[in-house]
Amino acid sequence: MNNIRWTIDMEISRQRQGEERHFEVFRLEVDPNEYVLDAIERVWAFHDRSLTFRHACHHSTCGACAMLVNGVEKLTCITPIRTVTADGGKIRVEPLRNFPVLSDLVVDMSSLYSNMEKTNFSQVAPLDQSYLPYEEKPEADEVERLVDCIECGMCISACPGAATSASYLGPAVLAAAHHVYLETGASCLLDLVDSKDGVWRCHSAYECSEVCPSNVDPAWRIMDLRKRIIHQRVSSWFTRKERA
Amino acid sequence: MRLFQDRPSWRNFLRWFIPLKRKTGSWAFVLNRVTALGLLFYLCLHLVMLYQLAQGPQAYDSFIAFAKSPIIKFSEMFVIAGGILHGLNGVRIILNSFGIGVRRQKVLFYSLMTIAAVGISFFAYRMFFGA
Repeated sequence: MNNIRWTIDMEISRQRQGEERHFEVFRLEVDPNEYVLDAIERVWAFHDRSLTFRHACHHSTCGACAMLVNGVEKLTCITPIRTVTADGGKIRVEPLRNFPVLSDLVVDMSSLYSNMEKTNFSQVAPLDQSYLPYEEKPEADEVERLVDCIECGMCISACPGAATSASYLGPAVLAAAHHVYLETGASCLLDLVDSKDGVWRCHSAYECSEVCPSNVDPAWRIMDLRKRIIHQRVSSWFTRKERA
Repeated sequence: MRLFQDRPSWRNFLRWFIPLKRKTGSWAFVLNRVTALGLLFYLCLHLVMLYQLAQGPQAYDSFIAFAKSPIIKFSEMFVIAGGILHGLNGVRIILNSFGIGVRRQKVLFYSLMTIAAVGISFFAYRMFFGA
């Protein structure tokens, strides 16, 4: 049994409705192999019961515990402490960016969920349609599985484009639209994303794919949507329109 | 419901220019913003200079003397570098938007920046050591 103990400072963002944000520091003794979420729970349990944060599954399935850890989006339930600090070091925990803060580390993600609904995105898909087109697919009939996106919102937090427009759909929603488009071929989905607040808001920073914990690769999907939209537009030049 | 509160913030503004802790794509993104602003500044300066030229032969001569000074030559090198970097970064985005090189976007960026470095070096040599 490994009994290494580290002393670290948890610098946690605190904010109540209508108040300015500030940071509070909590000194903890931790096992470096524990996860950041364990440390946050310990702060709540032994230091300040008023700390608010979201968590549920503790194994990267629900996406609830997504936060900024030392300035980078992480699922805190699968981020070992040893990977983000050292003995005597500090972990700075903040709520996700580009969402309104409800309280401390909790953000309002209702915009993401309501935008996801516009795409008719389903969390379950046939096995062969739940992979990215460039991935090798396993051969199996009549099998379904959960799709990769866990709706954690990390891609939207990391996206510099999302910081520029309040009505931007965001990488998760665009990736969902792409996923459903590949499944159904519904051209209304291309219409949904073909706007300044759709795929054309993307500035090709690829941060969404960098932080995605679940192999969704939103940036690739956004670029593929662009390609398909361009193809559709060019094709329409050579297609005779029927008169009403 | 919208993604974030409609309130401008310095933190969001600075995110456009500080790619620390971010990956290659963000550095490319910031490079494009910085070079675009630099080129825009140069364009404004250029129009002011053209206006000066229209003030008569004396103004023209004094401007040419000023333009030959080392500091202006050095500044022009920045304009050339900005143009090459911004242009080639734009080529990366266009290629990606057509679905070309998306999965190799980092390699594409580094390759184009290598070409940019060669181009900038060529122009620098010509400007400072050429005939």
